[in-house]
Amino acid sequence: MQFMLLFSRQGKLRLQKWYVPLSDKEKKKITRELVQTVLARKPKMCSFLEWRDLKIVYKRYASLYFCCAIEDQDNELITLEIIHRYVELLDKYFGSVCELDIIFNFEKAYFILDEFLLGGEVQETSKKNVLKAIEQADLLQEKTETMYHSKSFIGYKKAY
Amino acid sequence: MEAVNLLSSNRYTEKQIGYLFISVLVNSNSELIRLINNAIKNDLASRNPTFMGLALHCIANVGSREMAEAFAGEIPKILVAGDTMDSVKQSAALCLLRLYRTSPDLVPMGDWTSRVVHLLNDQHLGVVTAATSLITTLAQKNPEEFKTSVSLAVSRLSRIVTSASTDLQDYTYYFVPAPWLSVKLLRLLQCYPPPEDPAVRGRLTECLETILNKAQEPPKSKKVQHSNAKNAVLFEAISLIIHHDSEPNLLVRACNQLGQFLQHRETNLRYLALESMCTLASSEFSHEAVKTHIETVINALKTERDVSVRQRAVDLLYAMCDRSNAQQIVAEMLSYLETADYSIREEIVLKVAILAEKYAVDYTWYVDTILNLIRIAGDYVSEEVWYRVIQIVINRDDVQGYAAKTVFEALQAPACHENLVKVGGYILGEFGNLIAGDPRSSPLIQFNLLHSKFHLCSVPTRALLLSTYIKFVNLFPEVKATIQDVLRSDSQLKNADVELQQRAVEYLRLSTVASTDILATVLEEMPPFPERESSILAKLKKKKGPSTVTDLEETKRERSIDVNGGPEPVPASTSAASTPSPSADLLGLGAVPPAPTGPPPSSGGGLLVDVFSDSASAVAPLAPGSEDNFARFVCKNNGVLFENQLLQIGLKSEFRQNLGRMFIFYGNKTSTQFLNFTPTLICADDLQTNLNLQTKPVDPTVDGGAQVQQVVNIECISDFTEAPVLNIQFRYGGTFQNVSVKLPITLNKFFQPTEMASQDFFQRWKQLSNPQQEVQNIFKAKHPMDTEITKAKIIGFGSALLEEVDPNPANFVGAGIIHTKTTQIGCLLRLEPNLQAQMYRLTLRTSKDTVSQRLCELLSEQF
Repeated sequence: MQFMLLFSRQGKLRLQKWYVPLSDKEKKKITRELVQTVLARKPKMCSFLEWRDLKIVYKRYASLYFCCAIEDQDNELITLEIIHRYVELLDKYFGSVCELDIIFNFEKAYFILDEFLLGGEVQETSKKNVLKAIEQADLLQEKTETMYHSKSFIGYKKAY
Repeated sequence: MEAVNLLSSNRYTEKQIGYLFISVLVNSNSELIRLINNAIKNDLASRNPTFMGLALHCIANVGSREMAEAFAGEIPKILVAGDTMDSVKQSAALCLLRLYRTSPDLVPMGDWTSRVVHLLNDQHLGVVTAATSLITTLAQKNPEEFKTSVSLAVSRLSRIVTSASTDLQDYTYYFVPAPWLSVKLLRLLQCYPPPEDPAVRGRLTECLETILNKAQEPPKSKKVQHSNAKNAVLFEAISLIIHHDSEPNLLVRACNQLGQFLQHRETNLRYLALESMCTLASSEFSHEAVKTHIETVINALKTERDVSVRQRAVDLLYAMCDRSNAQQIVAEMLSYLETADYSIREEIVLKVAILAEKYAVDYTWYVDTILNLIRIAGDYVSEEVWYRVIQIVINRDDVQGYAAKTVFEALQAPACHENLVKVGGYILGEFGNLIAGDPRSSPLIQFNLLHSKFHLCSVPTRALLLSTYIKFVNLFPEVKATIQDVLRSDSQLKNADVELQQRAVEYLRLSTVASTDILATVLEEMPPFPERESSILAKLKKKKGPSTVTDLEETKRERSIDVNGGPEPVPASTSAASTPSPSADLLGLGAVPPAPTGPPPSSGGGLLVDVFSDSASAVAPLAPGSEDNFARFVCKNNGVLFENQLLQIGLKSEFRQNLGRMFIFYGNKTSTQFLNFTPTLICADDLQTNLNLQTKPVDPTVDGGAQVQQVVNIECISDFTEAPVLNIQFRYGGTFQNVSVKLPITLNKFFQPTEMASQDFFQRWKQLSNPQQEVQNIFKAKHPMDTEITKAKIIGFGSALLEEVDPNPANFVGAGIIHTKTTQIGCLLRLEPNLQAQMYRLTLRTSKDTVSQRLCELLSEQF
């Protein structure tokens, strides 16, 4: 996979993950063009389209468009399933996920994505394992947070 | 900086934030990079799986070259180390993959490669997934290293495919076992050719068949995810089958499966089916099977609402096109073109053009198709397309008339595209004469038709039309005046565009100044393009097969022009098509066709002579002044025989007894080369028996400024009176040249001087007292009567000058022997000048009367 974009019906970008090195300007340009192209498509149209020399696989969930760019030889249907699996993961984690969840907890969305995909390839397909890893990370975070908030570290907090 | 500090903290949250920051906002500030790398290194070495995981994620997300340099050695070790946790292994594998993608050279192949292959057997399917991706990419570069992975992959795949739905538990996705892994394994297998080991191959075939079978079974779940996952595996399997291209029954099954999908309810599946069929169509086994679906595809083309699907259908039609269905497919594509999206039109145009050309059995169909193409989507017809159609029309004679007619009709449409005007203009300019006979397409109508579109066109088209007009002037003299008016009009002559102005001015001058012949030469038909035929053959074909009367006349007219530059006017009757040349009679040689003494220089030249033998064999009238030159050469052997603006002929000869050798030098005085240069020696019949001439052929091409030499060996068999004629024919520029000169091979050349005393002389003189043996001639002196010159001439003549023989010292006496093959003839001569009267009396006595006659003639001319 080369990149993944999440954007709303109004064209606002919610999440972007780039697996190829590109300059900022190029990223913006691609995003703009692609958002326009995908939003222009009608509901009954098929989920795949050719754009520049890439294949674009997109799916709409409620008000969000999930859009992936894959290379020529990649399997499109499986990419559709990647998107679906990601949505399931988000759903499981946030419990009935909606766009607001992603807006307010975008870093969690990124973490989940990182556990699932790495370097553009599927890393772990078991939902359980991915969610387990995220839970562990969360635990670690809470531990440090409690430590952080405890009185004995007030001094550290001030210094910090 | 803060971020780097965060990285080095031991707290997970901070580390996490720090890494997030780094991955999102990486820049190539070298200081920071070094620090970051250091922090990552620490984390990697820390053996804490969480930290290691974070670090690996960061590397994978950033994947810059500096990171690759730093860590490319480390990561494989982590990957294959026994004690790394599965999750870390996964991350390491994909991290390595990312680094490899960005900087392949920095990732060394080590012994870890075999260990990586073994990962395929790992229990943890996540690890297997990651490892498969890694191996797939690596295997594309180094297939040898990872060959062992094939069998492992096959066994893994079969285990998955045949597993019951409960086996893989969490890895089963909507009742499809491990779809992602299956897909990846199938991808990996596509990197390699079909396995040689029969056991492995058998297993793989089984596997693929199972997948195909499963597709036929009723779905286990109504959810679209189930069908998507199932079909994803199916499509990947089909790709593998296509890639292997070895099992015909699998291919046919795959094709049928795709055929079913073509009519599926879901658009996605139709799209993918069309796409896969495209690749299938190129395989030989399944090509036929694909063609059976042509109706479905055409239907899809017409009825699909989704433009991407329509596009795929067009691609598939292009792929499955061959001779049997070419016409149908092209027709369908043309009708689609009328309604197609603008963005894809150009591609479709090119495809149609390629298909039409490749599968054209009948080139009239090809012409029709291209013209339709221009009519429908003129804007998207690129230059190459209409260049190609013109090339083909010019190269193929049979289609020229049809093309001219069709183009003419097409141009009559009220709104025609500019490209059509271009093509039409060009074709009518070249072949308008082919339809000029028909009153509906008479030259004037053709011209008006083109001119009506003139002001609508852009500059390059107008330039092309101007060229067409001047070609019309050549082809149809009756419209010349009309065209000249057009050219003369201010809008052309004072046009703002330089190209148009130049063309108008030049063409106008050309049409007024040039004679019809030059015009014809300049505006000859375009020769077929060289990629198809050699230009020599092409020219030949053009000459041989002009299809109209006008062409024939023109070529004949141009051939007979004698652009000698000499003062002698060419008698117009020489160029008449069918009368034998009067000059032949002048020489009294009869209508003898020029017999080349050597092999014809080129087949082209020979054929030219054959086809137009009436006019070509006409020996041009003798060049002016040749008689004088001839006379000069009687008494001398070297010099310039003939010269005009183009050619210079020099001579150098030597004689001994009855043999002689003559070197003829032909000099090309111009800077253009002469082609088909053919000098021939013409001897009348009786001359041929008395004089034997042998010569070697000359190079038919004489470069500008060059000189070629021809050697003529001469043998005198018996005495002769006539002189042979040297006829030279060649092509200079576009015109045909014909030059004839008399070769000064005369009887006196074989004259050997004989010294003798006066007594001997008078004795012989009395011997030759027979009246026939003596010839006397009294004539007026043509040249000043100078003793020394006269003496020199007599010696040059070949006779020995005998002193103190004649009682009158003013008289000249000579004696010699004429050597022939058959006889030797003694000759005595006496020349008596009369200064007051400016006259001479010449007396010749030889043993043969004809000799006496001839020698007397020859010698009389000298004085």
